[in-house]
Amino acid sequence: MNKLKVLSLPYMMWVCLFTVVPLIIVLFFALTTENGELTIMNVSGVGRYFSVIIKSILIAGVVTLASLLVAYPFSYILSQMEFKTGNFILFISLLPMWVNFLLRAYAWVTILEKNGLLNRVLGFFFSWKLDIINTKMAVAIGMVYNYLPFMVLALFSTMRKINIGMIEAAQDLGASGFGVFRKVILPLSMPGVISGVNMVFVPAVSTFIISRMLGGGSNMLIGDLIDMQFLGNIYNPHVGAAISLVLMILILLCMSLMNQFGSEDMEGKLI
Amino acid sequence: MRLKPLKSDVIIKLSEICVGFDDEKILNNINLDIYNKSFATLLGPSGCGKTTTLRIIGGFEKPTSGHLYFEGVNITNLPPYKRNVNTVFQKYALFPHLNVYENIAFGLKIKKFSKKEISLKVGEMLELVNLVPFDKRSIDRLSGGQQQRVAIARALVNSPKVLLLDEPLGALDLKLRKDMQAELKRIQQSLEITFIYVTHDQEEALTMSDIVIVMNQGEIQQIGTPLDIYNEPENAFVADFIGESNIIDGTMKEDFLVNFLGNNFVCVDGGFSPDEPVDVVIRPEDVKVLDDTTMKLTGIVKSIIFKGVHYEMVVDSCGYSWLIHSTVPQEPGKMIGLEIAPNDIHIMRKKEG
Ligand SMILES: Nc1ncnc2c1ncn2[C@@H]1O[C@H](COP(=O)(O)OP(=O)(O)OP(=O)(O)O)[C@@H](O)[C@H]1O
Ligand SMILES: [Mg+2]
Repeated sequence: MNKLKVLSLPYMMWVCLFTVVPLIIVLFFALTTENGELTIMNVSGVGRYFSVIIKSILIAGVVTLASLLVAYPFSYILSQMEFKTGNFILFISLLPMWVNFLLRAYAWVTILEKNGLLNRVLGFFFSWKLDIINTKMAVAIGMVYNYLPFMVLALFSTMRKINIGMIEAAQDLGASGFGVFRKVILPLSMPGVISGVNMVFVPAVSTFIISRMLGGGSNMLIGDLIDMQFLGNIYNPHVGAAISLVLMILILLCMSLMNQFGSEDMEGKLI
Repeated sequence: MRLKPLKSDVIIKLSEICVGFDDEKILNNINLDIYNKSFATLLGPSGCGKTTTLRIIGGFEKPTSGHLYFEGVNITNLPPYKRNVNTVFQKYALFPHLNVYENIAFGLKIKKFSKKEISLKVGEMLELVNLVPFDKRSIDRLSGGQQQRVAIARALVNSPKVLLLDEPLGALDLKLRKDMQAELKRIQQSLEITFIYVTHDQEEALTMSDIVIVMNQGEIQQIGTPLDIYNEPENAFVADFIGESNIIDGTMKEDFLVNFLGNNFVCVDGGFSPDEPVDVVIRPEDVKVLDDTTMKLTGIVKSIIFKGVHYEMVVDSCGYSWLIHSTVPQEPGKMIGLEIAPNDIHIMRKKEG
């Protein structure tokens, strides 16, 4: 036991140094003025950005849902494949993650822009074009593309653990294809759904840059706002810290709400 | 007494079933009739294809060739959920996200029974398998034996015409195992369901079944009543697998006369060609140990162990190590005489090939 504690020391130090200390710094900045006096003005001032926050949460929600809808059938098919084949296709589909995310976002700009790839292909067949670039839609597409791998990984690893025996038992008891899905696969894959939603929603809420590149100036998200407080010309780390703090609390609230839906101890029950 | 079943009484028929997994033959030309309301047991060593045979009947495995009939109808290609057959799986395969009650109710819910009917039937089943106080328990907080009983209840509650049981008592201790054997037999008789039971425990097979199907390496070795199987094993494998046996190489001199270990013995089997090599099978309890050392067969006691009801001796005689059961202990190293009655000498044709 003691040995184990010693072994976990580096990790504990890491957590302290790079999680707890920064959190305290954020808290400190959020609650002080430039002169170091205590204030709640920064935090209460976040109310100004209410609409941006709501928009960020909504887009993140839509992006999470879309990722889930795309990733679920894909992961399921993968999980039913032979072990090696499944792993290989997973590896292939995750390859784009190795490309820098700025490059990936630029790629989407060239696809979606007015005379981009998409419209050129469409123009070849039809007389109309899609005006997607610089809309919320474009931002959402870029985000789904960016966060999809997390969803796939979470779902795939859970679905792999669903024993074929469960499926056969359900069939034995009279469940047809859809019955098996609804009564066995869906409930047993819930832990994966929950962790996938967590893994996509949290980073999605605080997305930045992608929104500026694909959404134009009019679709700023809360992440961009925070970014601007630190790196933009506005430079106000106190306000930035306050927005971050509020955002963190909101995400925590969202997550705990979401986790209420799945039963908590499912993870251990998978055979 | 069980009446001799009529031909029309065949509920499950396997006809020339073969199964192969990448070039490897798992089942080879299985022909098997299971009679309605009978207790049939597939018996054989690990890996001989018992589970595979059950999976064919349950619909989880497609035969490479051959046909499966249910009440005379070819169901070889019918999906499992359309078959009037339920399975108690070797690994239970209980649903981890459902509690005991919900597991048992699973099949009934799918068949759209009313809540009232479901609770009635599940209640009966819980009583039958002695799990009434556990109905709200989650599966992972049950012992292996309790899980096994949930698996039995979950299948039985659907009142299938045929119940497939894949080593359903494997995880139980001896006493509970005996109790459940009696219980299953009682259930099978009172509900009048056909049971196809898998086990590698020969005692379990012999005590519970109407018909025993002995399998080895994907082939049926013998089909018969427990008595047939025990007393008239058709080949050396069956003889050896059903209880321990002495199996000795011999040659048939003429009808009712066999030569082994350098001596001629009178026996009760005939119909072999002269000098045909055969397997001579003699049960350990059929060898009488005598102090008389002028017998045809004499030997030296190598070892002796007390087995509860009898002593188990190894006796060296003419270069063969005999396994002998006797109620009278003998000193190791002692010279003894062996006597075998003619009708205890079983002659088996050597397996060709
Ligand atoms: N999916 C499969 N792929 C390849 N070989 C398989 C497969 N399933 C079973 N086998 C092989 O088929 C043979 C028979 O297996 P089966 O499960 O029917 O044996 P069993 O008689 O039930 O054994 P046990 O008493 O150990 O349960 C074994 O040699 C096994 O390795
Ligand atoms: Mg088996």
